[in-house]
Amino acid sequence: MLKDITIGQYFPGNSPIHRMDSRVKLVLTIAYIVLLFMADNIYGLLIGIAFTLLMYTISRIPPVMMLKSLKPIIPIILITSALNLFFIRSGEVLVKWKFITITREGVDTAVFMTVRIICLIVGTSLLTYTTSPIDLTDALERLLSPLKKLRVPVHELAMMMTIALRFIPTLIEETDKIMAAQKARGAQMETGSIMKRAKALVPVLIPLFVSSFRRAEELALAMECRCYHGGEGRTRMKQLKTSAVDYIAIAVMAVFIAGVVVVNHLTKGA
Amino acid sequence: MAVIKTEDLTYVYGEGTPFRKVAVDHVSLSVEEGEFIGVIGHTGSGKSTLIQHLNGLLKPTEGRVLIDGEELWADKARLQAIRFKVGLVFQYPEYQLFEETCYKDIAYGPKNMGLPENEIDRRVRETARLVGLSDDVLDKSPFELSGGQKRRVAIAGVMAMEPKVLILDEPASGLDPKGRSRILGLIREYHKEKKNTVMLVSHSMEDVAKHCSKILVMNKAKVFCYDTPAAVFGRAGELERIGLSVPQITRVFARLKAMGCRVDDDVYTVGYGREMLLGALSKQTANERESEA
Repeated sequence: MLKDITIGQYFPGNSPIHRMDSRVKLVLTIAYIVLLFMADNIYGLLIGIAFTLLMYTISRIPPVMMLKSLKPIIPIILITSALNLFFIRSGEVLVKWKFITITREGVDTAVFMTVRIICLIVGTSLLTYTTSPIDLTDALERLLSPLKKLRVPVHELAMMMTIALRFIPTLIEETDKIMAAQKARGAQMETGSIMKRAKALVPVLIPLFVSSFRRAEELALAMECRCYHGGEGRTRMKQLKTSAVDYIAIAVMAVFIAGVVVVNHLTKGA
Repeated sequence: MAVIKTEDLTYVYGEGTPFRKVAVDHVSLSVEEGEFIGVIGHTGSGKSTLIQHLNGLLKPTEGRVLIDGEELWADKARLQAIRFKVGLVFQYPEYQLFEETCYKDIAYGPKNMGLPENEIDRRVRETARLVGLSDDVLDKSPFELSGGQKRRVAIAGVMAMEPKVLILDEPASGLDPKGRSRILGLIREYHKEKKNTVMLVSHSMEDVAKHCSKILVMNKAKVFCYDTPAAVFGRAGELERIGLSVPQITRVFARLKAMGCRVDDDVYTVGYGREMLLGALSKQTANERESEA
């Protein structure tokens, strides 16, 4: 039941994208977002699409996953395109029926925005598809480490994230077990009204909280026993290293951004 | 009529993924009313998966489960009613406690059955007495109790539903020896008093040998054997080959026999072994006296 939920969407693999330094991947993902917002017309976005497709091909992530990443934002896409379609009143009028006016500019903007959102989601999903959550928190910690000077507890935050991620599967398993035990005592969790079902969750949530606190205490103790005392002076088992692949990726990204700049310029000139 | 019957019960985890695993493989068995069955097997041998089928928590991939002659899953609306006939106590059942007081927690199951207030009260008090919980414990929060007490409250919670079959998954694990024998003792007490069917999943051959009328040995998702303790422990060699051992006392007697003592090797409880040894000794002294005279 609950086991079917995938937390994080890491897709293990050994493609060049998987092998990239997670810090570089994170930065390039931000660069990619910038690229999408720099493009001020549909041709610029085509470059973005090309880049996305290229990266997916290299990463060998099944193309179905692109669609899967879009599923949760379908409503957002629909609302944005509808708003643009019906509420932009400038430009050549294409359809006029009662109070509905659709203009050419409206259609253009709607298409443009939709493509941009799709590119945004599909492209950034690649980061979580090819980077394990742990690597990602590692990268975040490294990239944010300058903030330590401002007394932001970067290491502690990253550690908290890592622990949270680590315990999600454990918690799911535990929930499954407790649910089974309460069902065996006649709890009805799959039938009845919403209120009834919500009430039926109490016997699951309370034991879950209790055991989470117990586990947190045990973990804290175990960490202290192994002399953990925060991030000061800790070395890492897995050193993040940039390699040729990362420089190539940076170069490719630079070329695509340059492409967008050129296209923007050309269309403006025309 | 058999109270539990499974026909070619098969359960597959993660069908269609690389993690596909057959957890229970064509298991057919029947349990008669009033029996005390021990279930033994390695971690991952499928015993926990098997017992979760017996009250409809898992739906068989293949095959059927019949409780009291009625097929589980044939009618989903009846599932709940059939489920009440088979009480399932999970491993570490104290993790399921959630109510403010032990009384309320034990009453949770009977309440879900829709019983009237006075019947619930009778059952709670009766099972509390059966598992040895005093009245002042009933008013305490379950989170204040000791490990062994918590365990007993949780078991009482299932017993109070008065199921025809009580299944316990390693009820004594993680307890100290005193707690262990206390839990196992109260389960035997329950069986004696209620004459209900009991299935006890355990790692310990000793526990199972001491209490059970029949033993089910699971190995690699299949039934390895399902017979009386004497017959099961008679196959000591085979059991050892699949990594299970016979009770220590059985091994002692097998060695004694091999060394030439006139004892049987179907001894699997210490009590029976003692009788057997005393019998053999008195026979020997009687013989010696005869020869002296």
